[in-house]
Amino acid sequence: MDIGGTLVKLVYFEPVDITAEEEQEEVENLKSIRRYLTSNVAYGKTGVRDVHLELRNMTMCGRTGNLHFIRFPTQAMPRFIQMGRDKNFSSLHTTLCATGGGAYKFENEFRMMADLELLKLDELDCLIRGLLFVDRMGFNGHPECYYFQNPSDTQSCVKKPCTLDNPFPMLLVNIGSGVSILAVYSENNYKRVTGTSLGGGTFLGLCCLLTGCETFEEALEMASKGDSTNVDKLVKDIYGGDYERFGLQGSAVASSFGHMMSKEKRDSISKEDLARATLVTITNNIGSIARMCAVNERIERVVFVGNFLRINTVSTKLLAYAMDFWSKGQLRALFLEHEGYFGAVGALMELLKPTDDL
Amino acid sequence: MAECVGVDSNTSGHSMDKSITLPPDEIFRNLENAKRFAIDIGGSLTKLAYYSTVQHKVAKVRSFDTTAKLYEISVQEEVTARLHFIKFENAYIETCLDFIKDHLVNTETKVIKATGGGAHKFKELIEKKLGLNVDKEDEMTCLIKGCNFVLKNIPHEAFVYARHADSEFRFQTANPDIFPYLLVNIGSGVSIVKVESEDQFERIGGSSIGGGTFWGLGALLTKTKRFDELLQLASKGQHTNVDMLVKDIYGGSYGCLGLTGDLIASSFGKSATADKEFSKEDMAKSLLHMISNDIGQLACLYAKLHNLSRVYFGGFFIRGHPVTMHTITYSINFFTKGEVQALFLRHEGYLGAIGAFLKGAEEDNPNQYSWGENYAGSSGLMSVSPDMNPMQRARSGTFDMLEMDRLERQLVNLPLLQDPSSYIPDTVDLTEDALARDYWLYCFEDALDGVVKRAVASQPDIPEAVVRAEKFRQKYRHKLLTLRHQPFAYGSLTVRSLLDTREHCLNEFNFPDPYSKIKQRENDMALKHYQRTVESLDALSWEDRQFALVSGVLAGNVFDWGAKAVSDIFFLNLGVDIILGVMPFVRELLSRGTEVVLASNSGPALNDVTNGELQILTERIAAMDPVAGLQEDRLTLVQSGSSSPCLDLSRLDKVLAMVVRERQTDLVIIEGMGRAIHTNYYATLSCESLKMAVIKNSWLADRLGGKLFSVVFKYEVPLGKVHHNGATLMLS
Repeated sequence: MDIGGTLVKLVYFEPVDITAEEEQEEVENLKSIRRYLTSNVAYGKTGVRDVHLELRNMTMCGRTGNLHFIRFPTQAMPRFIQMGRDKNFSSLHTTLCATGGGAYKFENEFRMMADLELLKLDELDCLIRGLLFVDRMGFNGHPECYYFQNPSDTQSCVKKPCTLDNPFPMLLVNIGSGVSILAVYSENNYKRVTGTSLGGGTFLGLCCLLTGCETFEEALEMASKGDSTNVDKLVKDIYGGDYERFGLQGSAVASSFGHMMSKEKRDSISKEDLARATLVTITNNIGSIARMCAVNERIERVVFVGNFLRINTVSTKLLAYAMDFWSKGQLRALFLEHEGYFGAVGALMELLKPTDDL
Repeated sequence: MAECVGVDSNTSGHSMDKSITLPPDEIFRNLENAKRFAIDIGGSLTKLAYYSTVQHKVAKVRSFDTTAKLYEISVQEEVTARLHFIKFENAYIETCLDFIKDHLVNTETKVIKATGGGAHKFKELIEKKLGLNVDKEDEMTCLIKGCNFVLKNIPHEAFVYARHADSEFRFQTANPDIFPYLLVNIGSGVSIVKVESEDQFERIGGSSIGGGTFWGLGALLTKTKRFDELLQLASKGQHTNVDMLVKDIYGGSYGCLGLTGDLIASSFGKSATADKEFSKEDMAKSLLHMISNDIGQLACLYAKLHNLSRVYFGGFFIRGHPVTMHTITYSINFFTKGEVQALFLRHEGYLGAIGAFLKGAEEDNPNQYSWGENYAGSSGLMSVSPDMNPMQRARSGTFDMLEMDRLERQLVNLPLLQDPSSYIPDTVDLTEDALARDYWLYCFEDALDGVVKRAVASQPDIPEAVVRAEKFRQKYRHKLLTLRHQPFAYGSLTVRSLLDTREHCLNEFNFPDPYSKIKQRENDMALKHYQRTVESLDALSWEDRQFALVSGVLAGNVFDWGAKAVSDIFFLNLGVDIILGVMPFVRELLSRGTEVVLASNSGPALNDVTNGELQILTERIAAMDPVAGLQEDRLTLVQSGSSSPCLDLSRLDKVLAMVVRERQTDLVIIEGMGRAIHTNYYATLSCESLKMAVIKNSWLADRLGGKLFSVVFKYEVPLGKVHHNGATLMLS
């Protein structure tokens, strides 16, 4: 599992090549957990299994099985640990591999409450390992990776699958609650270039404050209906058209939320407009920083991952556009279907790694 | 209160807005002679610029061979150029325009250059009120032009802000090479501009997350309408209640990446998950951090990409607000690990207006001249800061002024400075040294009565001199008071700046040279002793003579300003100083065959000899002293370009620099307490140098670990450089 600031991402490998012998040996407890996880798509009030992401009949460290992807809010961690105690996870003699900040933050609670020892792993190591693995495995026969063709034209912009055949070097932009930007040169050779605190958490946080919404889905739903130009001040709002002296298009945003300086404008906009403006502001900013990093690091391939991009085509298209437009076609934005789960997959691989002492 | 002096109650008929407490004729000064206007109208502030010619009295010396006196002093009217910049809130624009119209008498101006986002909005009003055509100029071009101008002409223009340091403002010494630099202008959005030369700049990037975002988003989140109020809220808030920190995710720090626990992982991250109310203050603070960090990060990325280390920040988001300067500085330090410093500008708010003005004044070639900040007519930093105490704001916060005088001479570096970019003229920075500051401020306040008396005495035939002298007293006392509370108001506070401020205030009230008559009398007297002095010197053995010569130079300058205790005894020393001290010393150098460049002040300052006086004195001495050299061109008299008892070697007359180069000068002698102790004590030159002075102030003597009247005789040789056959520059 990958315990982030907002979401816990859990991947569960369900072996389908279980022998009768194994079946017999398998303790009842484990069976019941497997049944619970694989027969439900929702857990409690907030847990969700992303069925559409399930990787079926895949081989992982010599075993064949299905990889399930489950997420729930980090706020529900105490309840999850409670469940671990109730279901007596500690009797299973398995290791729980955990990454993300929560692996450190909740380590003690796991130990004290559920008698579970976490195997803590670095989140960026896991992220890269998981990403490369899933990309190699493919998405049930389709490529894991995609990009947008004609990103600068909203009419003809289309999603196109592709593979990360020669993935290195790549600039990996992980957008969770905050953002980390990594320059990856090989599976084990990478550096964190920078990060920004304006991430998914900022989008949702501001949306909650501005519109009273409560969930990411709600916020995105509103954003999809809104018009950010009612909220943002564009170049043409200031200069009447393009700012030719600097080659700025009239349609470019000059000041995010700039119209909101005026009371009349504040009184005339909708919640949807605000949600859209928040989304556009955060997305463009990430795009801008990522682009600068790519140029500074001399990397042309920019891979965006993280749960901020989940069901968020507004942002993915905007990022694709921003990379293409501002680099005059030099940079290409790439996306992956399993957006936010790579850290958790990377952690799972640690568990399945054949080691000497197992 | 000095602001109340001279309130003109006769301005009836054009009553200014009630909240304008400053007398308008002290704001829009010298309008009668104003020509060439420019205006920069921003979102909330208007900046007006104009050019005026100032008539003021100067003391000139003239030699008459026929009279008994050495020379005549005549007070003449001189016309100099001055730039005026006034900043006020947009709310006052109409009343201000009315006032200008009523007082604008002689202008032939037909056009007013305008820039800024609001120029469009007020175009008609300006054209109607002033009868001038509004000519719009590109905002960014004006900004850059203005920026180049202040960086070149105002020492201590740029500063680093450090909130928790002893002095919040650390001013940068003016580097003669101002290019290239990065200007990050934070208006409603952000523009990042790379400036490579006077006319060459490029917008290399920007961001839509800027001041407008802070204002707009802040207004939505906190229901607070005004920008300043939002900043006030922010300064009281705790961002950690709203932001998700690294420790909120990790429980501590993320050690292996070196990310500390207090670092913001996700701005507003807590408001996404916590179901509770957040305080306005906390949200405003979080927003401020978010925007400042973001801008800082982008600025660093661009600075790195273009390999630039000088990054200036400006725009209404910054505009002297300590809160935003602090967060931007913090962000830059974080992202560059201290490699790049965030620099701010004292006159940041005026850049657009200055630039627009310069655009309109191109035919006058303003860039050909050197300009100097007039401390008497400028309000100083933070005079309108919203963060200052409210009392202050109510009194004088409405208007802010900057005046710059066109200097007669173009000023450049002394070519012999070892490293012009690191040269700091002043020995003690009173901005940082609170003890020294208290002492000197007290000292200048205490000496004020004497200066007023001297000023009155210098114009015995003019009865109203008493009134002017009183106005001078009020003005200078108010300056001292301001400096006590805001020592950073005009850049680093130094003994030099205190003296210069006093000179500016004296000039303001037409006391061009209070010491001229005393100097005349003294020179006259000393000249009578000259022949006898050199004869007795010539009678000495070589070694004894050297001692006597040095003593002569030193003894001369015992009278001075900081030296209250001794001023009475040594009052009559000026003539001795130059005629019986410096001249015999110069004569000795000449008779060795050394060429001498003798530099003296261009304008009067205290009892220092001016170049005009020295010309006459030298002629007279040459006439009676047959020693070779005085008559020939081996002695060159030049102006220093300065009108101060102190000396800034980075702002010297261009001709002096030229002569120094031509004569291959390889020894520099700096003489006097102002030039060799208060300034240049630590100056390193690329050739041999000699600094000589007597410490005439017991406090300073204590400070330096010596006794009152100790002699400083500091001879320095840079490695491998020994005086050969070049000329000697004597800065006297």
